[in-house]
Amino acid sequence: MKTFPDKHGHFGEFGGQFVPETLMSCLADLKKAFATLRKQKAFQQELAHYLNDYAGRPTKLYFAERLSQKFKNLKIYLKREDLLHTGAHKINNTLGQILLAKHMGKTRIIAETGAGQHGVATATVSALFGLKCQIYMGQQDMERQALNVFRMQLLGATVVPVTSGSQTLKDAMNEAIRDWVTNVRDTFYIIGSVAGPHPYPLIVREFQSIIGREARMQFLLKEKKLPDYLVACVGGGSNAMGLFHAFYQDHRVQMIGVEAAGRGVNTDHHSATLSSGSIGVLHGSKSELLQTKDGQIRIAHSIAAGLDYPGVGPEHAYYKKIGRARYESVTDQEALSGLKLLSETEGIIPALESSHAIFYLTKMNRQVKKKSSVIVCLSGRGDKDMHTVREKLLK
Amino acid sequence: MKNRIQQKFPTLPGFNPRGNPGSEEDVMINRIKQKFVELKKWQKKAFIAYIAAGDPNLGTTVELVKAFDQAGVDIVELGVPFSDPLADGTTIQMASQRALKQGVTINKILQIVQRIRQTSQIPIALMTYYNPIFHYGLAAFLKKARQAGVDGVIVPDLPPEEGQDLIREAKKFDLATVFFISPTTQVHRMARIAKASTGFVYYVSVTGITGARQILPKELIENIKKAKRLTDKPICVGFGVSTPEQVKQLSQAADGVIVGSAIIKQIEKHRGKKDLIKSVSRFVQELAKPLRTHER
Repeated sequence: MKTFPDKHGHFGEFGGQFVPETLMSCLADLKKAFATLRKQKAFQQELAHYLNDYAGRPTKLYFAERLSQKFKNLKIYLKREDLLHTGAHKINNTLGQILLAKHMGKTRIIAETGAGQHGVATATVSALFGLKCQIYMGQQDMERQALNVFRMQLLGATVVPVTSGSQTLKDAMNEAIRDWVTNVRDTFYIIGSVAGPHPYPLIVREFQSIIGREARMQFLLKEKKLPDYLVACVGGGSNAMGLFHAFYQDHRVQMIGVEAAGRGVNTDHHSATLSSGSIGVLHGSKSELLQTKDGQIRIAHSIAAGLDYPGVGPEHAYYKKIGRARYESVTDQEALSGLKLLSETEGIIPALESSHAIFYLTKMNRQVKKKSSVIVCLSGRGDKDMHTVREKLLK
Repeated sequence: MKNRIQQKFPTLPGFNPRGNPGSEEDVMINRIKQKFVELKKWQKKAFIAYIAAGDPNLGTTVELVKAFDQAGVDIVELGVPFSDPLADGTTIQMASQRALKQGVTINKILQIVQRIRQTSQIPIALMTYYNPIFHYGLAAFLKKARQAGVDGVIVPDLPPEEGQDLIREAKKFDLATVFFISPTTQVHRMARIAKASTGFVYYVSVTGITGARQILPKELIENIKKAKRLTDKPICVGFGVSTPEQVKQLSQAADGVIVGSAIIKQIEKHRGKKDLIKSVSRFVQELAKPLRTHER
């Protein structure tokens, strides 16, 4: 079977390395280090140790009985990534990447963050390994996620406000790349999503795919079969790819990525890249993008800062193109209903990002056969969003 | 192996390794290539000025380019503004933002190149991030650019590995494709990059983004010399260059020197003033002077 990406990092027409020349040798080093280390038993054991004893893996696959009763056609399982240390799936990837950084002899860590979850996860592992850490975050996101800023600072990281452009995730990523270009010799850039230049989409997929590997086995043990559907929210797409990838060859398992429709896909205020974008190049790879007719990147919007990104990982663009997954969208308002729904039926407050996936269940319930089984990736918990949610619900 | 590399980075027109005189490719000569032939004959080095097209407005850009032609500038790089210029420092980021606010688009830039061509034959390269031209359609963009009088394209986020489509299309229209060598480029890549480049090779002086710097790396001259040993193509150095002294120093090793941010800062400083064109061209004249001392 042909595996993706190919050796140049292409997923069909997507992916690749669209970066300034200065980064090319570093990407080559990273590719080499990753290829060597992933095969080493000692590295895998070290990673497993931190994932299990530090982050809290494996996470549970929980049968959401009361939620399932709400939908007559669905049997819903939640993959509880929200229970991980730091409150979201992001730690799977940051632990993997910081071990890469350590083995490559890098002394300084940088990262971009939107909601702050990836920033917190990066600051956390930097503290754990005693490495200097600098996080780039859009000024606007810093205001929306003030508590996460404080958490990162408490963990010893420097949070740099990004005031250029839309002051959100894409601009934070621009600034992180500029830092990286300047300090590439001693700095490791921990990218938080399955985006960026090759080999990042591959690396992040590898470290996140533990979600799907566990879920697949857990589901088989419980149900003695594979699920009919997988559902996960998609911003850059790391939790979705993490869940999907282990099921890639299980052709009967249908995959649905849920994007943020913001105030509506037909407005200028959404982040539904795959639902309404077009092919282009941003942040080092070719994928689907939100852009103007002149090829300028549009400003994305979502109530969930972690989905507020005008691009998407190249492998998702590829999955869409070959029809392996489909991509739907859920608005800000609907996501808020999703958050309330899960809170009230199961006593679990999901992150606003994951709430998009939860709400999508109400839509799919109308379209699927009776007794369809579904695994939803509950990528993060809602603590970080309480301020935003309170404001919106009290309105 | 050699064959594979050649396949990957095909030799481009205007650089006929056998040097056949009078071949068809020599008929439609490219202004950038022509310029380096002339400079070589006179044993001179190129002064290359970068400005963001449409900063502060397109009319001023036209006037600046015409004035640069008289001020000792050999080649002009016109920056196509992009919303996410990740290889650029604050100065060029802000210039891009100003240009975008003016509603500058690729088509409008091609129109001003046409206007410039009515009175000036100064070689012009467009410096653009990949997305705007990819979205425009590479073939359509390159064809229109050539028709408008553009001589080359420089794409800072496009290494030659991803640039095969651009190289192939640009070849059809005899547009130069300039690729980058940086301080972190390994030797085995340098030769490949030089091979993929036509017009000249862009040597990035510093490990970093664009923006004027007081001090350039000590080992820079040595590194440029190293790169020069690997190729016959002109090597021009840019990023961080901001003073006539730096221009002079770098021209000892390189075939040309590129200044961007320092000029844009002057444009910023004189924005809205009547003497903008005059002041900026005087500044540029000073920068270019070290390359003009032994007049023909």
